[in-house]
Amino acid sequence: MRLGLFLGCSVPVRAQNYEVSVRRVAPRLGIELEDLEGAACCGYPVQSVSRETALVMATRNLALASRRGLDLCVLCSACGGSLMEAAAELEGDEDLRARTNRHLEPEGLSYPGGVKVVHIAEVLAHRVGAARIRDAVERPLEGLRIAVHYGCHYLRPRETHPAGEDPEAPGSIDELVEATGARSVDYPGRLACCGGGILGIHEETALAITRVKLDAVAGAGVDAMVVVCPFCSVMLEGNQKRIEKAAGREYKLPVLYYPQLLGLALGFGAKELGLQLNRIKAKELIARVGA
Amino acid sequence: MGDERPIRESDLDLEFTREVRAEPGGTQLDLCIACGRCTASCPVQAQNASFNPRRIVRMAVLGMAEDVLGSDFVWLCAGCYACRERCPQGVLVTDLMVALKNIAVRRGIVHPSYRAQIAELRKFGRLYEVEAFNKKRSKLGLPPLEDRPEHATSLFESTGLDDLMDGPGEEPR
Repeated sequence: MRLGLFLGCSVPVRAQNYEVSVRRVAPRLGIELEDLEGAACCGYPVQSVSRETALVMATRNLALASRRGLDLCVLCSACGGSLMEAAAELEGDEDLRARTNRHLEPEGLSYPGGVKVVHIAEVLAHRVGAARIRDAVERPLEGLRIAVHYGCHYLRPRETHPAGEDPEAPGSIDELVEATGARSVDYPGRLACCGGGILGIHEETALAITRVKLDAVAGAGVDAMVVVCPFCSVMLEGNQKRIEKAAGREYKLPVLYYPQLLGLALGFGAKELGLQLNRIKAKELIARVGA
Repeated sequence: MGDERPIRESDLDLEFTREVRAEPGGTQLDLCIACGRCTASCPVQAQNASFNPRRIVRMAVLGMAEDVLGSDFVWLCAGCYACRERCPQGVLVTDLMVALKNIAVRRGIVHPSYRAQIAELRKFGRLYEVEAFNKKRSKLGLPPLEDRPEHATSLFESTGLDDLMDGPGEEPR
């Protein structure tokens, strides 16, 4: 299956470990990712200032995918949310599409509708499927206990997310984790937000939200947490040491992008999956799986 | 809330309520029954009592423009959509927060965090200077990327964002 790869802003700069692991595991599972030439910001950061400008920014990226005849695969859940919402809004509203396309005319672009936006975890869960992943596993991660953090924009709002997963009782990423041989462990508040949305607005509140999550996961006794969004990682991993200081306790909780965990199960080496770039070193986990 | 005082009719601006209703996030505003599920679901409220979605929805319904638009709490929504998912009346609470921020911006109030992000987008077309990371990217076998400021600036100009941001530049109190 061929998909356009939409990197967005954060992934290529702050989450190269995520990007490199996606690029490794995708071809192994029959996913052909094509870089989307000329793609820019998804529009999400502008939404709070002007919803209209944000919509036009999102549409421009959809138009680039449409021109290449590709559906669009995102790695960042916020990019996904912004692009999915735009796609859904434009699909049913010809007038809005015409008004939006007017801003794209100078670049010779136009969005006729029809592009599907999918998150890489949705691609793995629904288009590849857990069964095929299990078949491809060369190094089962048996004995590993994993806490899944779904994150908000991977699930909500349900109306604009084409995968149609119940945001109050999701299972796709748990299934993906268990397909590697690891166990997905429940913990209180597992569907709660990472706090990232307001890091730039009110840091203290944002980090307090993250801390609730880290405290809950710490109580569940896991080897690592798994995320599918660069900003969730910034909060849960990148800010973990700062939160430890404020909380007066140690978490030392490795946070892996799901494709990194999957890559270990598929037999890739830790370095091939960018695990040396993870801030909280997953040395013990890597040693245990023998990567 | 230590600043409780009765709401006077003179505090209310029904034009503001109409403006909110006309936004995509405001269409379901009047269906709110003030049950408080939004507030109970809100991860921000759990850590910072100044952000109370139910209260903000009521303030929008009543037309308390000054109290909402000049507040710093209006910027505190994390955009997690838990409230919208759980609202029994289908009020698009998260989208309503976006609408309120958009209206604040139209009245010249822009949070400095968004000013900073838009400034970066103007410079690079993304939130970061990707070209500065190409060396590191190539070491990992990742393809190089280009900074293309025009991909943002052209749209900022044609959609009127530039004019919006050139306002008096007031910051939330």
